[in-house]
Amino acid sequence: MSENILNSTVIEMRDAAISTLRDSSLTVVENVNWSVASGEFWVVAGQQQSGKSDLLMTAAGLLLPSRGSCRVFGCETDSFSEAQLAERLRVGFVFAGGKLFSQLTVAENVALPLRYQKNLSEAEVSENVSALLEIMELTPFANSTSVNLAANWRQRAALARALILKPELLLLDQPLGGLGVRHRQWLLQFLEQLRVGHAWLGGQPLTIIASTDELRSWRHTQRRFAVLDEKVFSVIGVWNEVASSASTAVKELLAEPTAAIM
Amino acid sequence: MRGNLGKVFELANIQVFRHAATPKSYTDWLGRKLFLALLTVQGLGAFALITLGVIIKKFNFARSVMQPRIRHEINRSGVSLLPMFFFIALALGFLVVGQTVSALAKYGATDYLGSTMVIVIVRELGPLLTAMLVLARVGTANVIELGTARALGEVEALEALGIDPVHYLIVPRVIGMALGIFSLTIYLIIGALASGYLFAFLQDVALTPGDYFKQITEALNWLDFALLALKTMAFGFFIAIVTCYHGLAQPLRLEDVSRVAVRAVTQGVIVCVLIDAVFIVLYLVT
Repeated sequence: MSENILNSTVIEMRDAAISTLRDSSLTVVENVNWSVASGEFWVVAGQQQSGKSDLLMTAAGLLLPSRGSCRVFGCETDSFSEAQLAERLRVGFVFAGGKLFSQLTVAENVALPLRYQKNLSEAEVSENVSALLEIMELTPFANSTSVNLAANWRQRAALARALILKPELLLLDQPLGGLGVRHRQWLLQFLEQLRVGHAWLGGQPLTIIASTDELRSWRHTQRRFAVLDEKVFSVIGVWNEVASSASTAVKELLAEPTAAIM
Repeated sequence: MRGNLGKVFELANIQVFRHAATPKSYTDWLGRKLFLALLTVQGLGAFALITLGVIIKKFNFARSVMQPRIRHEINRSGVSLLPMFFFIALALGFLVVGQTVSALAKYGATDYLGSTMVIVIVRELGPLLTAMLVLARVGTANVIELGTARALGEVEALEALGIDPVHYLIVPRVIGMALGIFSLTIYLIIGALASGYLFAFLQDVALTPGDYFKQITEALNWLDFALLALKTMAFGFFIAIVTCYHGLAQPLRLEDVSRVAVRAVTQGVIVCVLIDAVFIVLYLVT
């Protein structure tokens, strides 16, 4: 990958006001000014109902900002219609909880975007899906429906579905939510492999944005952090700046889960 | 929410009026009901046009995904309902056609048999009864499935994958229901007319099978076939539109799904009666 592509801007929000999916007249985050460069790994932290999911959906072009502008791969999201489908498919999105299609099996869920968007033969689809399921250790669950799947594997299947089209930008809404320790560690390592360039993506670095309601799990020198608090989006910086931040919101997000109980 | 479905969701602003405080006077109440009815008509009309546009624009798109889905819907709205329709055709024949035939024979009015059967069974009862039964069996399932899919966030998941929810969720249901109602109506008409004669035969009505079917074929003209096809397709299209509209353009709450299903069935019945009225006018002027 050339230096030029690595430094190009993937997402650019200017004075963007983020509204909710349920009520477009309700603004949950004001004046977001945010640039995400290619190859970066961002962690957006905030408490419950702080607007993390809506911010991510806006960044993915699934919601329109109620004010200001949001550009993804240089394309204004208000013109992100079917004419720009190719641009849109460069973005992968993993919802909190996975949101797998309940009537389809894991393999069918993963194959659906490939079958729908690409004109591939059934053998090619099957080959791609099997390879990705193998990478993500999902092969034993290929024929299970999401209803019969544990939350850990559901989340992983949703990630596989988002990766099947080999996106250049991946957004994950609360990917660690409800995961067991082993799955959390696996996911964090896998995301790091994707950031530096995984074989599935042909070794190309992936731009990643993840939302979270706790910061400790995401500690890493190569990640950049932002915080949502009381309708304000603030870029904190790298981990050292997070650790030394005097912000109450950041301290709350850094607190051990058990500290509040004690 | 973006794309085609975004336009539908904008139309769901109708909910604001539904959940407003009860008006204090009858005229206000009547005015609100009228306004709600107009908004619903606008919403359904826009949804129908959007769906029609998607059917035309994406007719050949993603065939490997869409063809099995369309086949599944034809099976659901047609093939799997055949046993029920066989029973209904027998019942309709025994209860209505058989009695009509024997009554006409009793008064020596068998000359009118053909035209009576064509008006009652071919033009009216066959298509309308089929539409009502498919609305009850498949239409309600549409509302519940789509309402649940919406409540579980599956619609947003489709949009995130660049899949048009109208194309993926609605188009197969519309095509399946239009073809299903058309085919089932034909089977219902043939079954009812045949079993009707069987009932008359058991009552010793002096009418040969040749005379019976000759009268019916003479009373039919090409317009009956053309309008029957148009009418049943229109029933299927609009039942699918009404039920899918109510399934998708609703708030994201599971507890709303059953209430919405009842509203969709009521509106489906009204739409079918209105379509029927339009076709009565067409039959009268042609």
